[in-house]
Amino acid sequence: MRHTLIIAAATLLAGHALAQQKSAADGIAEYRAMLADGNPAELFEAKGEELWKKKRGPKNASLEQCNLGKGPGVVKGAFVELPRYFADTAKVQDLESRLLTCMEQLQGFDAAAIAKTPFGKGEQVSLEGLVAWISAESRGLKFNLPQAHADERKTYELGKRAFYFRGGPYDFSCASCHGQPDKRIRLQDLPDLTRNPGNGIGVAAWPAYRVSSGELWSMQRRLTDCYRQQRFPYPGFASDVTIALGVYMGVNAKGAESIAPALKR
Amino acid sequence: MNTRKLIVLSAAGALVVGCASMAPAPDYDALVAQMMNGSFRDEGIAKVDRLQQDEANAACSKAQGANLPDSVANPIQQAALKSVRMPADGVFLGDWREGEKLAQNGRGMTWTDKSAASSANGGNCYNCHQITKAEISFGTIGPSLYNYGKLRGVTDPQSAAAKPIVEYTWTKLWNAKAYNACSGMPRFGHAGLLDETQLKHLMALILDPKSPVNQ
Repeated sequence: MRHTLIIAAATLLAGHALAQQKSAADGIAEYRAMLADGNPAELFEAKGEELWKKKRGPKNASLEQCNLGKGPGVVKGAFVELPRYFADTAKVQDLESRLLTCMEQLQGFDAAAIAKTPFGKGEQVSLEGLVAWISAESRGLKFNLPQAHADERKTYELGKRAFYFRGGPYDFSCASCHGQPDKRIRLQDLPDLTRNPGNGIGVAAWPAYRVSSGELWSMQRRLTDCYRQQRFPYPGFASDVTIALGVYMGVNAKGAESIAPALKR
Repeated sequence: MNTRKLIVLSAAGALVVGCASMAPAPDYDALVAQMMNGSFRDEGIAKVDRLQQDEANAACSKAQGANLPDSVANPIQQAALKSVRMPADGVFLGDWREGEKLAQNGRGMTWTDKSAASSANGGNCYNCHQITKAEISFGTIGPSLYNYGKLRGVTDPQSAAAKPIVEYTWTKLWNAKAYNACSGMPRFGHAGLLDETQLKHLMALILDPKSPVNQ
């Protein structure tokens, strides 16, 4: 499967060199269409659904009573309304941090220990499957994050300030790459995340299966790699800055149709 | 109006505001500092001290993409201009071939890079700029640098006629904030990202009449 994908990617890249006029976006769209029935994210989705229903952890319980914001056990439509405020934790939480809460409360896992676990290891692997399945249950729905609670509005304002926070040896912020429309790094199109970047673009595409690494990346993992390339220090998993950015980008993307888990290069 | 009346009026105003909104407006500067300091940790060469902002980064962050007023921008630009060190030997141009290699190299300064030394860093130029015609994989965040020297009439970079543009270009590479307080370009010389020799190679890439950039 992986091998075929790499060949497909190589073929597309070769196609690029021949037809320079064709934009990177066109190529990626074509690539997605080619693999429409075979996005490897489906394997993660299947695993995630199984993990949701399976009795696990010190308490030997499933996640079926987990409240993702639309009531205990309601999965469909939950993803496109996250991050949101949760009264039981008195916190604004994104999908990953909310799953940590449920895994701790329902199953008895140690949320802090999972947050410290490197991506691709231990219970972080379970999270990959879970975010794939839960986001897939909102595929085709439009982003519509709630902003009724004062903390949700405050978190949006903090996310906006985090987005424009310049620092590190290169003086970069999120806005350095994602603050204007129609820009590229090399041939890679950059979504303008200060507004709705469009259906299936930006936040509406993550979690995603990354062909180049053969991994399923959550939004948390995507943001971590953004900060790496921004030359910043390492953001904690489910840290305040990542949640705030999730709210800022999610609210800006209001009305964008989710294609997550998408397929990325 | 006398002072006493003013105080009474201000107090009344404060009372009205206090009643209209239950909670006071959040102190976002303090909250942002708390959020940033609490969210990151050291990883490899990327330490949390990278979150400390100098005056320019603090002002440009706060502006959220808007232009700074001249009263704020001018002192930042003047300080940046003062920070520039011209080459010790007075020679501004190196080898454009080495410059092209540096321009192609997008490495450096991430937590997966082993060393923060300038020798470990690329220029990252093609990430944001068109430079030679041959390289079609270029970014568009910065302006095109194709024909940079030619368009500015540089036929002999050593000449007195070319001196202003040569010095301007060196300054731009050393500390881009000298001309634009919130420039998106890293301060390659000032931040120690590239050394003098590397900067000379990049100068040659865009200013040497023999460079493919100026054909």
